[in-house]
Amino acid sequence: MCNDTLTGQLYDEDVQVGMTIPTLEKRPDLQQLVMYASASEDYHEIHYDQDFARKQGFPKPIVQGALKSGFLAQLITDWVGDGGRLWKLEIQYRKPDFHGEPMYCMGKVISKYVDGDHYLVECDVWIENSSGEKTVFGTAIVGIPPKTS
Amino acid sequence: MVSVITDSLRAAIGKDSKPRTHLVEAGAIRRFAAAIGDPNPIYHDDHVADNSSYAGIVAPPTFLRLFRPSPAIPEFPNPYANVLDGGSQWEYFDQVRAGDRITVTIRLIDLYEREGSLGNMLFAVRENRFVNQANILVAVDRDTEIYYQGLANV
Repeated sequence: MCNDTLTGQLYDEDVQVGMTIPTLEKRPDLQQLVMYASASEDYHEIHYDQDFARKQGFPKPIVQGALKSGFLAQLITDWVGDGGRLWKLEIQYRKPDFHGEPMYCMGKVISKYVDGDHYLVECDVWIENSSGEKTVFGTAIVGIPPKTS
Repeated sequence: MVSVITDSLRAAIGKDSKPRTHLVEAGAIRRFAAAIGDPNPIYHDDHVADNSSYAGIVAPPTFLRLFRPSPAIPEFPNPYANVLDGGSQWEYFDQVRAGDRITVTIRLIDLYEREGSLGNMLFAVRENRFVNQANILVAVDRDTEIYYQGLANV
């Protein structure tokens, strides 16, 4: 399962409780929200129709919750590399995010444990907006291979 | 606060939808990854994917969101006009690969209410179960949807 030929592979020995995951910055524009609406076949107008969004009390169309989950899944898969696996991803959407605005996808290791053959790491993951408010909260459980296997 | 969870709403808990089977198309995987802005080659490059630990193109973790049962949401006497996505709990057991046939069923597993910034809100938790052509459960997704009156009525 370990692949030393891939640069940047993360190993269990490299991970300590409290370490942060490299931040993934996203800034989806309205076109990206439309692309996601099409790719996920979910055409709720609140994600692309300015007038509809205003009538719902939002200043402009809001980023799909599921797209935010997709961003946090990418945060994890980028971090763990080819040999790692995402096993659980629990996400809560707390505040709206808007197209054209930066979203900082972040994470931190909160525990490590071994379950059978699996070396597992639990992380807090979240998204911050440009005001530093957390708009999305979540946790992830990932498998990260040991160097010694 | 007057509860909107009527007996007929409560009776919807625990019933499975009809299953529906979807083909995992390589083009759909590629478009889904592009919409997230995730350039990882395991989602679109056969050569890289074949030589990775995945041994072939796989779907991104949240791709199964695309596969809905029929109807997408089981019959549900929704008391409110508006809905927001509250969150997801994904559990993964096996990879989803281009060419797989995935059968999805959905079940309402919980209903509860809370008073919040949008007035009275009804939370519905639904469990989506995804099984592949080899009858292996590949993932479970528990989604929470929040139904609410809307600002005009608060």
